[in-house]
Amino acid sequence: METLKGFIIILMTSVLVNNYVLSRFLGICPFLGVSKKLNQATGMGAAVIFVMLMATAATWPIQTYLLDRFEIGYLRTIVFILVIAALVQLVEIVLKKYLPALHASLGIYLPLITTNCAVLGVTINNINDGYNFAESMVNSLGAGLGFLLAMVLFAGVRSRLESANPPKSFEGLPITLVSAAIVALSFFGFAGLVEGLFA
Amino acid sequence: MSKWQNFIKGIIRENPVLVLLLGTCPTLAVTSSAVNALGMGVAATVVLLCSNMAISALRKVIPDKVRIPCYIVLIAGFVTMVEMLMHAFTPELYESLGIFLSLIVVNCIILGRAEMYASKNTVLDSAIDAVGMGIGFMMALFAMATIREIFGNGTFFGLEIPFLSENPISILALAPGGFFVFGCLIALVNKLTKGKARGSKEFGCSGCPSAYLCGKQGECASAEQTKTKGGEE
Repeated sequence: METLKGFIIILMTSVLVNNYVLSRFLGICPFLGVSKKLNQATGMGAAVIFVMLMATAATWPIQTYLLDRFEIGYLRTIVFILVIAALVQLVEIVLKKYLPALHASLGIYLPLITTNCAVLGVTINNINDGYNFAESMVNSLGAGLGFLLAMVLFAGVRSRLESANPPKSFEGLPITLVSAAIVALSFFGFAGLVEGLFA
Repeated sequence: MSKWQNFIKGIIRENPVLVLLLGTCPTLAVTSSAVNALGMGVAATVVLLCSNMAISALRKVIPDKVRIPCYIVLIAGFVTMVEMLMHAFTPELYESLGIFLSLIVVNCIILGRAEMYASKNTVLDSAIDAVGMGIGFMMALFAMATIREIFGNGTFFGLEIPFLSENPISILALAPGGFFVFGCLIALVNKLTKGKARGSKEFGCSGCPSAYLCGKQGECASAEQTKTKGGEE
């Protein structure tokens, strides 16, 4: 029961309270670049969840059984980025061969994820926060879900923004950023949620 | 292009943050204080300079097909070196930059310059380009951080400013303020350049290091069209 409580707290924290995009500023590029249409936003979000889980499943054992054991923790950045890059390529090849339908919907987003800082960020955070394997997986799932949530919400905001008429110099990205500020502000409402969850 | 033009372009005309819109994550995340912004700017500039020079020197050795992984390994190596140096000599800054120091690896500016510039030019030109781009990145971060620290926190480099420190607009130092100030700065740049700075060829997919991987099929392409349209109007 205690473990389950712990999992729920980690999940809620990473989805709502410390949302990876809106309060930790990880993965801003796809958040601004791919949130124009709702179906693209969900596609990208799903691909990110998938890659985050795969990356955590691969990097946590490497850190624990390889880097920590031989005391070469300083190689973490190099090893993690290589593992993630290789993994994304591998996933793409496997999907293309065996699940063409899924590849058609997620395929184009996968290469973009290699250089997504949210994926590298979540794997490094898992190690820094001292999570065990199960907690790391839950945290990654939460980070991915939080990313998806932010993307979907923001896609809705942006479709409204299309018909708005901002001042000339604010057209395009600046007004998008200002509205992102308001979306980020709305997530402040979740502060203190976790503390009160099992009180 | 003369050496001077090559150097100066990264600072104003092709500013990586405010014009090319690369490296947005650290721009938003570390700019709540001016010290952090300068630290991040210096760290990224050092990595950019080393990686640009190394990649340019190796540009005839690295096979075309595996160039992106090669660049990533080189960049990650330099990032690790910078990380260890900062851990040893500026432990406070190392703590406050935290994870964003490691994330210099996936900073689009560095991979972008490797792909767009260093892989096609001589070592000296690449070094000049790297320093210019690095200073441009640092100046953009510093401008953001100055606004956010002075108005959001009422301090500047930790020194209190009389009236403002009693009445800070705390929201500017928090996450939403980051987005807001960044949006306003880009709008200001648009206003000052009347949208001309956006005409740069190295914008959108052509400036994106991942474009080669996704074959320019990424959805950014559609976003790019509207942005350039916005620039022309």
